[in-house]
Amino acid sequence: MSVLPAALTALPSAVGDGAVAPVVADFSNDVFWVWLLKAVAIIVFLLTSVLIAIWFERRVVGIMQLRPGPNVHGPFGLLQSLADAMKLLVKEDITVKAADKLVYILAPMIAVLCSLLVYAVIPFGPEVNIFGVITPLQLTDFPVAVLYILACASVGVYGIVLGGWSSNSTYPLLGGVRSTAQVISYELAMGLSLVSVFIMAGSMSTSQIVDSQTSVWWFLPLLPAFVIYVISMVGETNRLPFDLPEAEGELVGGYTTEYSSMKFAWFFLAEYINMLNVSAVATTLFFGGWRAPWPLSAINDGMFNTGWWPVLWFVAKVWMFMFLFVWIRGSVLRFRYDQFMKIGWKVLIPAALAWVVCVSLVQAARQLWDVDLRTLLFVLAGLVLVGLVVSFLVPEKKPAPEPGPTGPQEIDPFADGYPVPPLPGQVLPPSPRAQRRLAATATDAGDPSGPETPLEVRGG
Amino acid sequence: MSHVLTVLPAAAGALTESGQTSTAEAVLFWVLGPIMVLAALGLLFARKAVHAALAVVLVMISLAFLYVAQGAEFLGVVQVVVYTGAVMMLFLFVLMLVGVDRSDSLVETIRGQRWIGVLAGLGLGVVLAGVVGRATYGTPAGIEEANAGSNPAAIAHLIFGQHVFAMEVVGALLVTAALGALVLTHRQRLTRKVGQRERAERRLREGGYPVSLPAPGVYARHNALDVPALDPEGRPIEASVPRVLRVRGQEADAREYAARIDRVLAGGWATGAGTFTSNRDVDDPHGRTAPTPGTPGTDATETDDEEGAR
Repeated sequence: MSVLPAALTALPSAVGDGAVAPVVADFSNDVFWVWLLKAVAIIVFLLTSVLIAIWFERRVVGIMQLRPGPNVHGPFGLLQSLADAMKLLVKEDITVKAADKLVYILAPMIAVLCSLLVYAVIPFGPEVNIFGVITPLQLTDFPVAVLYILACASVGVYGIVLGGWSSNSTYPLLGGVRSTAQVISYELAMGLSLVSVFIMAGSMSTSQIVDSQTSVWWFLPLLPAFVIYVISMVGETNRLPFDLPEAEGELVGGYTTEYSSMKFAWFFLAEYINMLNVSAVATTLFFGGWRAPWPLSAINDGMFNTGWWPVLWFVAKVWMFMFLFVWIRGSVLRFRYDQFMKIGWKVLIPAALAWVVCVSLVQAARQLWDVDLRTLLFVLAGLVLVGLVVSFLVPEKKPAPEPGPTGPQEIDPFADGYPVPPLPGQVLPPSPRAQRRLAATATDAGDPSGPETPLEVRGG
Repeated sequence: MSHVLTVLPAAAGALTESGQTSTAEAVLFWVLGPIMVLAALGLLFARKAVHAALAVVLVMISLAFLYVAQGAEFLGVVQVVVYTGAVMMLFLFVLMLVGVDRSDSLVETIRGQRWIGVLAGLGLGVVLAGVVGRATYGTPAGIEEANAGSNPAAIAHLIFGQHVFAMEVVGALLVTAALGALVLTHRQRLTRKVGQRERAERRLREGGYPVSLPAPGVYARHNALDVPALDPEGRPIEASVPRVLRVRGQEADAREYAARIDRVLAGGWATGAGTFTSNRDVDDPHGRTAPTPGTPGTDATETDDEEGAR
């Protein structure tokens, strides 16, 4: 036990600057109207982004499937989602008779409210001048900002679960139960994949995590964690291929089955805002946040990392992830539920745990021997490369040649109860007519070992 | 309850006197306090289990607000992530599976349960009152000193320094509990697992329907779920209507739709329902042969058997 206090006293010096300032962004100049302005700007950004995202998704999926997608309303069909929103607004609002009224109305509100909260801690850029006030382009930040994002996400699930339960109907209930299990399992993997970023950045505050990615973006050194995050972010937002809570083929509409009009629109809105949320988190934690990509960041002594420029990079990165969502949707089939759960518990969580242990070891080595991060990364990359080359040199173990019979095999086509065609290398037994003919020729010639005609039928 | 109610305002007042609580924090407390008390009472008096669970969620989130307002950001956020996001969610999960809208029954299942409960509650109250009444506070260090470095770092120092033994013990206890649950609910598999493939093969071996059943209602005018689809010879396929509707007797009259297609094929005009019926087994306008026996969907009893086998 006496070792522990000594180690703990050594810890602050080892952690270094991470422990000195809990948050990098300086909000001391903010006054009432500044943060009101920022909050309104975030809401406007999210709502317009959702409108564009719906159009974007339908267009891109359309192009992937060789069809135009929405192209009637407005230029390039841009006003299509506006028309859809109007349609949802004026549709008849049905409240199911057997529903639990209070919870039924509360559920979509919870979903939307929680999805709107996340962007409060996402940094859009460094400090800028807004009407004479120098302030960071971020509503707020605190030492546990990323945990706050996870908290908002976990409360947002209540919207789905309660919506499914309160509809008092079978399919919504099943959808709600599925989403509970799904989110609990995938949030574990997601949280664990974020832990390695916390360890490397030495903080859970978003502005400081962005600040720690000045030289290298974390997705490169922490690639396994990034992959796990991307998989679990798709699971967390209930998007294809993990959209099991609302799988149309199985559950009609899942938890939204009994919802109509505005209440349905709120669920819809929440789903798209959640996509934007996880994309923003991926950008902030793994893709350098608002920082300009490498060749641009070197131009003119980092000109593109100052002022309002970073907003552009941030939005571009977020939309890159949105495109990834659409791309996945356009190319991957829905998982079966048990396969999906198996991936979450038996692959992602153990992999994330093992990765966190590896990162902790590397970080501990770095602090004990005072190694530069870049050197360490190069050494590790070299080790991986050497391992890869060595693995190529190891002669591949040849699979033992199956004692396969030579020549065509005669099969019983009715072995499994229904007729199957012969595969290549297989032949059907001679047909009754051929058997009769064979028997006839045998008796005519009086030669039992007559000419055999191989009746091979090729399957291809 | 009364004890708690007398303690709470006193605590709030004490904080104000020491200059720690700002006006905003006091306002927050007096807004959240009544909400939390009402929600806690809702837990006790709600008839539906899910409503009680929701009341607990409300209390937890309000508590998290108070933690954050007092400078314990990590505690507040973790309270939401762990308790609201995971523990209560699991509770809700179980509640929803137990019954969609079954209210609690107030029948005692164990004799004297109520009195035992009251006694145990009183005992707990006495113990709590004793502990709270005898507690003494040292001079407060102040939030800045407590959060030196940052709030998570300060908590990490406390947990993994001062309380590391307790943490390890609790961790071991939780792991044991989880393993115990696994062992208790584990069942040895006696037979081989039957998967999707095995089921499909067995179905075909038993002569079942090889592909998915036809969808109900093929006509633009009659595409409702209760209208059976028609096979190429114009006869209704009973199996195309969902089994539930057939069991309930909510199926539309298949013969009538068959009759209509007969009229259309005979050059007649399908007007109105039920005015003209024909039994195509008796007079077949096209002189078609009898349906091949064994064709899927021709015989109602056969398809019903298939449904049962699945």
